[in-house]
Amino acid sequence: MIPDGSTATGIARRVGARETSAEEVTRASLDRVARRDGAVGAFLHVTAERALASARRVDQELAAGRPAPPLAGVPVAIKDVLDIEGVPTTCGSRILEGYKPPFTATAVDRLAAAGAVVIGKTNMDEFAMGSSTENSAFHPTRNPWDPERVPGGSSGGSAAAVAAGMVPVSLGTDTGGSIRQPAALCGVVGLKPTYGRVSRYGLVAFASSLDQIGPFTRTVEDAALVSGALFGWDPRDATSAQQPVPDFTAALARGVSGLRVGVPWPFLEKGVDAGVMARFREAVDALRGAGAQVVDVALPHAHHAIATYYIVATAEASSNLARFDGVRYGLRAREAGDLARMYGQTRDYGFGAEVKRRIILGTFVLSSGYYDAYYVRAQKVRTLVRRDFEQAFAACDVVATPTTPTPAFRLGEKTDDPLQMYLADIFTVPANLAGLPGLSVPCGMVEGLPAGLQLVGRPFDEATLFQAGAAYQGATSHHQATPPLGGA
Amino acid sequence: MARVTVETVDHVARLARLSLTAEERETFARQLDQILAYAESIQSLDTDAVPPMSHALTSEMVREDTPAPSLDRARVLEAAPDAADNLFRVPRVLGG
Repeated sequence: MIPDGSTATGIARRVGARETSAEEVTRASLDRVARRDGAVGAFLHVTAERALASARRVDQELAAGRPAPPLAGVPVAIKDVLDIEGVPTTCGSRILEGYKPPFTATAVDRLAAAGAVVIGKTNMDEFAMGSSTENSAFHPTRNPWDPERVPGGSSGGSAAAVAAGMVPVSLGTDTGGSIRQPAALCGVVGLKPTYGRVSRYGLVAFASSLDQIGPFTRTVEDAALVSGALFGWDPRDATSAQQPVPDFTAALARGVSGLRVGVPWPFLEKGVDAGVMARFREAVDALRGAGAQVVDVALPHAHHAIATYYIVATAEASSNLARFDGVRYGLRAREAGDLARMYGQTRDYGFGAEVKRRIILGTFVLSSGYYDAYYVRAQKVRTLVRRDFEQAFAACDVVATPTTPTPAFRLGEKTDDPLQMYLADIFTVPANLAGLPGLSVPCGMVEGLPAGLQLVGRPFDEATLFQAGAAYQGATSHHQATPPLGGA
Repeated sequence: MARVTVETVDHVARLARLSLTAEERETFARQLDQILAYAESIQSLDTDAVPPMSHALTSEMVREDTPAPSLDRARVLEAAPDAADNLFRVPRVLGG
């Protein structure tokens, strides 16, 4: 039997040592999905037969005496924006109705090659646009800590699947916070790697200069283990970086003695929930107590990051989403007379309100007369945001902030006010603009709801994030808490 | 600052090939006006000497332009709403 709360590290060790089988672990995971997902709604599609077949292959390889792969038998859930050959990809949208991709994303291939078993595809805000998973065309996902609250977004299904103990690992994508924000709201670990770290071949693009794939886990140790398998150059993605991937597990035991943790206090002055701020101060104290040196840093342009982001990201989205036109895949409006009407009607029926809103905004900021005043100016402010971090990293090794300004909000609370929804990402967006890695780690509860500590690092220095995150989890027990919907 | 009206939304929706309902046009005009008012904060910054940043890559990514096999044509066409004779089929382009 596989106990609840088992980590990827623990499962891989036991399967690798043949103390249990990948098939048994997979059956246990599928059983938890069957019992728990009715109340959570994390999954859009469960690939039970495929999962059992790949688990048996892992077991056969081990029985044949092959060396144990690093993720042997580890169940994983995949955000439904990453392609798996022959399995529907919806992106949480009606416009991809019926689409089964003829190829598999490199990120999924790499996990499978490391012995992981894909359990299914998870719910998300349509085309990864949103901060609550309420923009899914199919159903909302509920926060395992409180079913009346959102799990965050856009990777809300992946975060909730790990929080509710259905899988120990899932993949999400993060364009402005879509891994770290739901990780914080669901009380799990979430990593947005450095821009270029993970191949995006087979990822449906939202904003190409910002999107990055990363893992959700319960522990920082597991995030390091998964990252070792996930990262690396891929010739099929022109933006994937030819940077060496270090042995991240070696960073875990280093401790934080002498590590400089920078806190941009003025950036945190306004709009942060008092309970979240209290948990953040305690987290900073815990790092100090473990030997870190806490220093003041400044991010003077960070409060312009949301405005900058919603110009840059929507501009890129308006271009990327032009491909959904009813010609090559997915839905086509049948009643249309000519080609132009077919495009317009397909897109009107196929896209939800938030996607349309962002296409309109992005097209506007790129349109004649507004391009310089909005798009080019935002690109310049993006440079200023990046320079802030370069200066901060002269004085510190990681920058610490709360991951989100508030705990999980109620379903429906922000759906009529897009700007309020956008502000949920105020602390996560700067790292995307600058291309930096960011890790969210659970740092305690605020009135029964989780809060997250965010650590942002230098480009390609995920190792220091794992070092600090593992030291924090070694000194605290917040990551061991189990939500109400994570039992039974 | 730019004010977003229903006419602005109509114009942009045409550029983006989006047919919108009357209700959507009004809602989007109001919401986009609010969002752009919020985004006005970046207009106050002096950016004259700042270069624009279009991506966060730390090195230039170039490769040899070497031909390689692409996806199987029949499998790609299987995903299309309408295909015939190895081509995507679309409604008529010109009126008639």
